[in-house]
Amino acid sequence: MSDVKKFMYLNRRAPYGTIYAWESLEVVLIGAAFDQEVSLMFIDDGVYQLVKGSDTSESDMKNFTPTYRTLGDYGVRHMYVDKESLEARGLTTDDLIEVEWEDWETEESVDNIVEAVDAGQIAELLAESDVVFSF
Amino acid sequence: MPIEVDGKVLETDEEGYLANINDWVPGVADVMAKEDGLELTDEHWDIINFLREYYEEYQIAPAVRVLTKAVGKKLGKDKGNSKYLYGLFPYGPGKQACRYAGLPKPTGCV
Amino acid sequence: MADLYTVNKSPFEKNSLADAIKFSTDGAAILLIEDGVYGATKGTAVESLVTGASGKKFYALKADVKARGIAEDRLIDGVELVDYAGFVDLVEATDKVQAWL
Repeated sequence: MSDVKKFMYLNRRAPYGTIYAWESLEVVLIGAAFDQEVSLMFIDDGVYQLVKGSDTSESDMKNFTPTYRTLGDYGVRHMYVDKESLEARGLTTDDLIEVEWEDWETEESVDNIVEAVDAGQIAELLAESDVVFSF
Repeated sequence: MPIEVDGKVLETDEEGYLANINDWVPGVADVMAKEDGLELTDEHWDIINFLREYYEEYQIAPAVRVLTKAVGKKLGKDKGNSKYLYGLFPYGPGKQACRYAGLPKPTGCV
Repeated sequence: MADLYTVNKSPFEKNSLADAIKFSTDGAAILLIEDGVYGATKGTAVESLVTGASGKKFYALKADVKARGIAEDRLIDGVELVDYAGFVDLVEATDKVQAWL
């Protein structure tokens, strides 16, 4: 019997201004070793975490926006983004980074696992998760 | 312990990783390997260069699991296994190869 | 001369920007820093905070704007980008600094 659990990481904070986004990302990277079904959810200011074009050369911060793009390699299958949060911020999925996923054995692949979803879908996705980690 | 490469003294942290990734030159890997009693071959360099490209793109050092899979994909299935990588880097491909490549210790690597 | 008001919180998370605007005098300089710079972006649900404020001049710190991937053409018209030296100039040109956190 498989005891794979569905893990959901819920991100609602902007990157860089506080440590939450980076902490969440680090936990996802470390947790990837445990072979669970991992999804990420971005709501409210959390959608800013996926905005591309970040340049921290003038600030004393590590630019970790590119790091999200390797999450497919760490076994993350879904990265959901709240449509309403995007709209409220004048953003569309075109403003977001793309994350590729590939099964290295079967070579099955998905070009971009970042997906905009509505509130109803979000409620269901959270409800069907075994564990929800909030950041 | 600082190391000396091409006449320059470079800072490292307490575990021997470069303090500043921008200090890296190929000589860093040679000097570190020599201290470990290791002679770097093209096979070692394939991995070191791969790590540097990965870091350039994603801004982190990959977990060993990710490194193994990615190496298999890029350099051939026969190289994409931990036996091959540990053969090259006996102290652990994550730790040792990342150190030679001037990268920080991989996240989650103890 | 009026004061310099700094705002470092996202307008979607806290009402720091709304309050800084509400409780500042005419001629105020309002500088958006850290997550506060999101308040300077166009096309958002809260852009009227800035576009509707009269008698205030808005600035955004360039390093924080760039770190957040905000292109200059996404900034609300009239918001002036300043670097750290410009920040210092603002401090010198105003009576004092009020930090709205």
